[in-house]
Amino acid sequence: MLAKRIIPCLDVKDGRTVKGINFKELRDAGDPVELGALYAESGADELCFLDISATLEQRRTFAELVKEIAKNVNIPFTVGGGISNVKQVGILLEAGADKISINSAAVKNPQLVTALAKQFGSQCVVVAIDTRLDGTHWLVNTHGGTLATPLMAVDWATQVYNIGAGEILLTSMNHDGTKNGFALDITRTISEKVNIPVIASGGAGTMHHFTDVFTSGKADAALAASIFHFKEIEIRDLKRYLKQKGIETRI
Amino acid sequence: MTKIAIVKYNAGNIQSVQFALNRLGIEPLVTDNPQQLMAAEKVIFPGVGEASTAMKFLKERKLDKVLKNLKQPFLGICLGMQLMCRHSEENNTDCLGIFDLNVKQFPPLKKVPHMGWNTINHFNASLLNGIKEEAYVYFVHSFYAELGPETICQSNYIIPFTAGLQKDNFFGFQFHPEKSGTMGATILKNFIEM
Repeated sequence: MLAKRIIPCLDVKDGRTVKGINFKELRDAGDPVELGALYAESGADELCFLDISATLEQRRTFAELVKEIAKNVNIPFTVGGGISNVKQVGILLEAGADKISINSAAVKNPQLVTALAKQFGSQCVVVAIDTRLDGTHWLVNTHGGTLATPLMAVDWATQVYNIGAGEILLTSMNHDGTKNGFALDITRTISEKVNIPVIASGGAGTMHHFTDVFTSGKADAALAASIFHFKEIEIRDLKRYLKQKGIETRI
Repeated sequence: MTKIAIVKYNAGNIQSVQFALNRLGIEPLVTDNPQQLMAAEKVIFPGVGEASTAMKFLKERKLDKVLKNLKQPFLGICLGMQLMCRHSEENNTDCLGIFDLNVKQFPPLKKVPHMGWNTINHFNASLLNGIKEEAYVYFVHSFYAELGPETICQSNYIIPFTAGLQKDNFFGFQFHPEKSGTMGATILKNFIEM
């Protein structure tokens, strides 16, 4: 049976891993290549590296880092952060990334999703959606969650599914960094609406939160950062726990 | 050192296979030169991409005939394995025909692509020595090869399908050994040491 995936996410700036609490505070959590290989050994199903560098110079360094990751990591990994055109994607895939994720650039130019799917295949096109609950509506945010758009998250997810996305990485800005659990309702709504995998992100604090997101949230994969980086939860323990709860996991 | 060639063509993922071999201490030659491919001790045919575009590329370079006439151990991965079959529903493409099987599209009864770690079972090949039945390996695909007499392991998603094939010197895997952690590394090592 297809296993639910556990994905540690590493935010990278200047070649180092960092994780912001609600995307604002940054804390150093190590070398991305070493940390990636360690996670692969400790049972992670996939990895996600997000480049939060601000300058073009740093972005070039990121492509070199991707190559180092590909050399040392024997499980699939996604890279994202600041990707805005087909050429950038070509460089990252050639460096050895398995998938790329796009966020703000897709909102600005949805045709990019189609162009990437056509050139490289849907399987490597992850559309990251940052969403925030505004009253009763889950709205799409861009630019690291700082810019609100009038787009409804469900509509946007459906649209990107229809134009070539191979996977959706859904982050609830309300839950991110809180450790109070994933946004179950919106995750389930989107997962039932699109026929591609949905990765839930934002809010993981306990092992039970993962059970919830795979059962009532209907997520195909769950992503988290600080709880793994600071060893609050060990991936092996988490997977054993999930298996006991009857959730298909790779052990 | 074993001379291993990787077929260079217009499909992604070549770099990942190359790095996986590097991790096993092998420096493969990535080439589309027929002489170099024929001279290699073993040949790996990777691939992430679309069937008709890949076949067109191979035919233009007459690599289709070269590949199917190779005598050394030959391993197709993912799209590479699918191209070794007779026909693919992906843009109605005639493939190499090494395996007398059809490649079909998954019916959308579950999410497609079939993406992630799934188990393989019903082993029937020395290439899988050291791998336990129900081991997890990594898949990413929207098309699958039917089960057939040449199936050496199978997986199940929506329906049971071929995860591995063998006929004489030809092997193929639907999953990605180069991305399947230590299980995948063991399979690649078995192939290298064959």
